[in-house]
Amino acid sequence: METMLTSLIDIPSLLSVASAVPALAPDTAHAGGGAAPVAQPWVALIPMLPILGVVIAAVCAIFDVRSKLPAFLTVGCLAGSFLLTLAVFLHYDDFNHGAPFVVHLFDWINLAWGDPAHPTTLAANFSFYVDKLTVLWMLFVTGLATLIALYASEYMSHDVGRAYCRFFAAFNLFVFSMACLVMGDNLVLLYLGWEGVGLCSYLLIGYFYKKPEAVAAAKKAFIVNRIGDLGLALGIYLTFVHFGTLQYAELFASEQLQGYLAAASEHRWSDIPMTAQGIALLLMVGAFGKSAQFPLYVWLPDAMEGPTPVSALIHAATMVTAGVFLIARAYPLFLISEFALPTVAWVGTITALLAATIGMAQFDIKRIMAYSTVSQLGYMFAGLGMLTTTGAAFHVLTHAFFKALLFLCCGAVMHGFAGQLDLRKLSGVAWMKGWGIVAIGMLVGCLNLSGFAFTAGFFSKDMILAEAFVTPGYSVLGWILIGTAGLTAYYTFRVFFRVFLGPQHAEPGDEHHDDHADEEHTDETDAHHIAAHGHDGHFHPHPPGWAINTVLAVLAIGSILAAGLYFIEKDSHGWVGAMVHDSSAYYHSPYADHSDVAHAEEGAHTGLLFGQDPHKIMYYVSGVVGLMGILLAAILHGPRGWQGLFLGGRTEAGKCRMDSVARLFGPIPRWAEDKWYVDELYIAIFQTPLRVFSHLFHLFDKFVIDGIVDGVAKLPGALASALRPSQSGQLQGYAAGMVGGVVVLLIIVLVVIGGAS
Amino acid sequence: MISSLVTLAQTDYPEAMGALTLAHYLFLSAAMFALGIVGFMTRRNLIIMFLCTELMFQASGIALIAFSRFHLNHTGQTFVIFVLTVAAAEAAMGLALVVLLFRKRESLSTEEWAEMSG
Repeated sequence: METMLTSLIDIPSLLSVASAVPALAPDTAHAGGGAAPVAQPWVALIPMLPILGVVIAAVCAIFDVRSKLPAFLTVGCLAGSFLLTLAVFLHYDDFNHGAPFVVHLFDWINLAWGDPAHPTTLAANFSFYVDKLTVLWMLFVTGLATLIALYASEYMSHDVGRAYCRFFAAFNLFVFSMACLVMGDNLVLLYLGWEGVGLCSYLLIGYFYKKPEAVAAAKKAFIVNRIGDLGLALGIYLTFVHFGTLQYAELFASEQLQGYLAAASEHRWSDIPMTAQGIALLLMVGAFGKSAQFPLYVWLPDAMEGPTPVSALIHAATMVTAGVFLIARAYPLFLISEFALPTVAWVGTITALLAATIGMAQFDIKRIMAYSTVSQLGYMFAGLGMLTTTGAAFHVLTHAFFKALLFLCCGAVMHGFAGQLDLRKLSGVAWMKGWGIVAIGMLVGCLNLSGFAFTAGFFSKDMILAEAFVTPGYSVLGWILIGTAGLTAYYTFRVFFRVFLGPQHAEPGDEHHDDHADEEHTDETDAHHIAAHGHDGHFHPHPPGWAINTVLAVLAIGSILAAGLYFIEKDSHGWVGAMVHDSSAYYHSPYADHSDVAHAEEGAHTGLLFGQDPHKIMYYVSGVVGLMGILLAAILHGPRGWQGLFLGGRTEAGKCRMDSVARLFGPIPRWAEDKWYVDELYIAIFQTPLRVFSHLFHLFDKFVIDGIVDGVAKLPGALASALRPSQSGQLQGYAAGMVGGVVVLLIIVLVVIGGAS
Repeated sequence: MISSLVTLAQTDYPEAMGALTLAHYLFLSAAMFALGIVGFMTRRNLIIMFLCTELMFQASGIALIAFSRFHLNHTGQTFVIFVLTVAAAEAAMGLALVVLLFRKRESLSTEEWAEMSG
């Protein structure tokens, strides 16, 4: 490891010499605040390498490459991006003395108008703003993208050919868009990336475009995201209208914003104009859409129709954290808004609870993971709202690892069992031959997700939970979130106990249902599949190959090691805290110092939990809650036996104690399984009235508009049929008409005019 | 000079218009024109109708020359020369068309040509 890092040290200097990107002259116009443009053009390669990957995939598609070549070239490009990001991280202090810096790639939108002496300017260039928040995000985005691309190379192998190229082209485009979103130095470039990831998400959810559910899910994701994006776009306009700039460096350094921040820190809300306060509320709507928060979360569970690597990368680890990133990046704008952060906290908490209750009752393991993603994103938003950007960012990081791991484990199961995702039809997978790494990976992921003591998820979740009790006014939310943590532990281990432990049992899924195919059988004929899986009575699951196992092992180790980040740089609340500290997201919460002995007296009024400092007691509280959840899952879903270690009584795949317990709750589990009828509610509130209106408008169009147009068109027709008999076609008739006309004219001339004179 | 010439013409031939007045010529012209119209409107034969139009041409020509003589003015006669020229060209065109129409229907009747009927 040490040698690898030292060898990396030379990368920037080598690249800055050999880079194909021309050196860019520092432009003082782009320098605002503390972020000076730095001539490190190779930084621009981080987003540009994935674009190269798109081109490679496209070329492979043109030449109809029928091998895994595009996948491995993609992995190469993404790994290059990751190594460059790592180099930026290691050399960060050398670039601009540890301050954020801007790398200008090329002018995109650079306008000036009005009075030439004092022009109004609008600058939104292809420049990259690099601070530690950017580096943090790019590290896990590119790192996970590399791993998941490697996983997908095996997972998607049944589609080798055009579709395989299409998949990896969209995959690379996604990473590029995400890089623009995270690294852009202005809100317009962020918006470009924001829409780009939305587009790639649409393309990849609808990857199986012959499947109606996949197409519907893709459309749903796109449309629901549009609602949020409207808010984001309006927020960006309002930012420009109010602050006159869209570049972060200028924005954060503007005296106007600093003045508002000073007013906000003294709660002088009336000194901040409503337009400035409204910006955060609008940006927030965009974040809710992209990060699947209530009430815009409905698209994410449906997005699981896409291939599992996509679910893992886009719909669990990276894209859905864009909303968290937006709020963290624009945190000063949120601090100057009286209602934005409390709203974020409440919405996050409600989403966390709602999604957890739905997740408890689902049977599709991928959907359970989807709801847990929504729920965990709710925790992150709650953290942002409760003034702990560090906690939110740390949870984003740990969640990215363990949720990607969980999804990829689910994907491996799905891949091996012919698309089977129903936890009632799978059992004892851990004991089957070749599934060891998957089972261990799943266990690590589940422990993290359920906040088991000393896992990374435990520390990151605690950071948010503790802050709920420290920041005044949020203790109710804190209790809700603790309860939700228990539910999370329960539904997570429900999956683990039912699918991985217990008697061995597996019913194969329907191949057409999802993206399963056998590695050796690329010719996609149904007969072949049925023969391969022995539908004639005996089913052979096929365990994952080296690529999947390697990725799972790396992610499992990463998830475990992520806990260590909490202990380095303890002064600033862990490594992530140190990263956030040097970025726009940093906010020194006036309540955060309660852990100091000096401030303990002060905090006695608001920030206590069971009479103790929440930062310390929370470890025990949440640890116990998590264990209770796991225990409950063990009792209700766990297998029987194993020297009495498991308390559950499940001896068959589909039958467990939960069946009888669920009956005690009457129809409630049924309602939860049907997702509390939120989708139906939306259909009733939005879709049905729209449908009725569209029918009414259709009728209006058909009878009123078309009636007028047709009526006007019929008028000349009627006139023509009235005049038609005059055209007899007989020459004499025309001659008679002519003579008659002359006679009439003569009479007029002789009698009227001649008579008058 | 010109006015003396005009005076000369009037004094030289005053009795030439004595027996036949302008009204005679105009009456002849009107009669020919009426015959032409009646012929044109009553006959179905393309050639006859064509001749009738010629008749009307000449009727107007007679009227023009008569007025020209009456007013001792050359414009009318000049105009008639032009009319005759045009009429000659028109006759060539018209007859050619009639021949073509005849070849199409093997008949000269205008009733064969009623395709413009509304």
